[in-house]
Amino acid sequence: MRFERREQRTLFLVIAPPIIAIFAALFLSGLLIALAGAPIFEAYGNLIKGAFGSRLAITETLTRTVPLILTGLAAATAFRAKLWNIGGEGQLYIGAIAVAAISSQFLTGVPGIIQIPILLIGGAVSGMMLLLIPLWLRLRFSVDEVVTTLLLNFVAILFVSMLIDTVLKDPLAFGWPQSVPVDDEAMLPRLVSRSRLHIGLIIAIVLAVVTYFIQSRTVFGIRSRAVGLNATAANFAGVPLGRTLTIVAVVSGGFAGLAGAVEVMGVQSYVTTELSPGYGYSGIVVAMLANLNPIGVIFAALFIAAMFVGADSMSRAMEIPTYIADVTVALSLLCMLVAVFFTQYRIRK
Amino acid sequence: MSELIDILSSAGLWAAVLRIATPLIFGTLGALLCERSGVLNLGIEGIMTFGAMAGWLAVFNGADLWTGVLIAAICGGIFGVLHSVLTVTLGLSQHVSGLGVTLFAASFSYYIFRLLVPVAGTPPTIEAFQPIAIPGLSDLPFLGAAFFTQTPPTYLAIILALVMAYILFKTPLGLAIRMTGENPHAAEAQGINPMVIRFGCIIVGSAMMAIGGAFLTLSAFNSFFPTMVQGRGWICIALVVFATWKPSRALLGALLFAFFDAFQFRLQTVLSGVVPYQLFLMIPYILSIAALAFMARRARVPQALMQPFRRGER
Repeated sequence: MRFERREQRTLFLVIAPPIIAIFAALFLSGLLIALAGAPIFEAYGNLIKGAFGSRLAITETLTRTVPLILTGLAAATAFRAKLWNIGGEGQLYIGAIAVAAISSQFLTGVPGIIQIPILLIGGAVSGMMLLLIPLWLRLRFSVDEVVTTLLLNFVAILFVSMLIDTVLKDPLAFGWPQSVPVDDEAMLPRLVSRSRLHIGLIIAIVLAVVTYFIQSRTVFGIRSRAVGLNATAANFAGVPLGRTLTIVAVVSGGFAGLAGAVEVMGVQSYVTTELSPGYGYSGIVVAMLANLNPIGVIFAALFIAAMFVGADSMSRAMEIPTYIADVTVALSLLCMLVAVFFTQYRIRK
Repeated sequence: MSELIDILSSAGLWAAVLRIATPLIFGTLGALLCERSGVLNLGIEGIMTFGAMAGWLAVFNGADLWTGVLIAAICGGIFGVLHSVLTVTLGLSQHVSGLGVTLFAASFSYYIFRLLVPVAGTPPTIEAFQPIAIPGLSDLPFLGAAFFTQTPPTYLAIILALVMAYILFKTPLGLAIRMTGENPHAAEAQGINPMVIRFGCIIVGSAMMAIGGAFLTLSAFNSFFPTMVQGRGWICIALVVFATWKPSRALLGALLFAFFDAFQFRLQTVLSGVVPYQLFLMIPYILSIAALAFMARRARVPQALMQPFRRGER
């Protein structure tokens, strides 16, 4: 059995993989649900109801979509240039703690119209700073950034843990390790009343669309793609390698930091070490499911958010561990990889 | 200062070094074997987690400890097959495939654990491996307590490192593996099937990673809990670079690394209240990054690492 590269890819072959991957992942997870002794269709019925079945369910799912769009964009923009930023989780936490620190220490009482933009930028800049370390190590010492970004995730979370244990500890939290809350003025306005959905959703979608246009219509967009396809050739053709990768890192780390900032300012108001249920890692799956397309990221993030919210309520209704959501998400990544492969190659006997 | 000397001269510290190093030795050797054949295996973190869970669960259900280790190894091998199909047969991105395997193996192990082990206030435990004193050597003053009173898997890890060094550099099989990692097309011209070599290395390497994970639940601790691997897999990937892809140096690297870890843990108790404990916990990760920065340029990377091999395609 051999594989042969396809000369052309029809539109169908571009759109089909994520859909096939998601159904394949749901099928495989269905086997695991059956292993738990639960009826599969009833379980998935509960999952869909839990994610979309009521006003509350829908707003919760959309609320969860927000950080996933942003971490998905972080991974998608970086992977496009083959900058393997797996540090989204750490960058998210650094963005979150930066927002809590800046708002509570310096900007208390500053009106939201001024404070919110400052904090969003502050969160993004902090996230990008964390990614600039592994980028520098790659450019200066040719250290593979996969491992360094992964390791920095642990460092970042320990750093946050240290801050919320000491200088940023909330004295009113009964000794619970959580940060002081951000100022009331820093909270993002609600998008829908009587829900947790906030305008972060609009911000994330706008950023996805803007990213799409930057990637497809600007010199930087082409350069980042060229670097991803073949860094040596791009460099030879006059693309400034270091500068392009630095901009990519700034954008990618910025998105991840922003995810943390928005999660604190939109939902939690304070930081704990349980702020993110792996948004940074799920962002990688989002990006791959979207085939690194920024618009696709929005829909992939919605799918993953629905999985997590739906699985929560499914597991309350039936005896299925919530980890089934993580399993499905991981399986959808693996299925997507295989599905994309078969859009690029055909089997030849 | 006298406290530092106290720490360094306690046999407990040195015994802990070997204990902490054991999962790292298994993991690093496993990752090293994969990379020598030309495939980066980022599935390691998840495979270690799954090994920890599978080994523990087997023993919890009545299997003896070595059967637990064996089951962990078989599970690791199965994930190795998955990674091989993705990266060797299909030639997909080794980075993304590995991360996918990690995400899947880790979440799958949590799922199975939650499904089969009821939620309890205190996690259920097993009878873990007990230290075995090596006759004669363990009677040596200080050295005996420090190095020759370990649990069996620790001795196994050290032997494995030596065996792997021998196989890689002194046997035709080792030559075939290294050749596949350097230039699979040249290997094929010599009648070696690079696909088979890579499959074999990934499967065996993944089994070693899983044994490293199983050490955590069957020897270092006696229970399983989510996130217990704590980035050890990623540290192993860094240690492979630090070891410049040599098994003997992998052994030394893991021991050196474990020394710092054991040392920081003891320093924590001395300096508690003065310095936040999180700063100490960061040390292993920061050290790994520093080691990478220090060694990356000097190390001679297997030339075909991360390049998929497709027959007739360059």
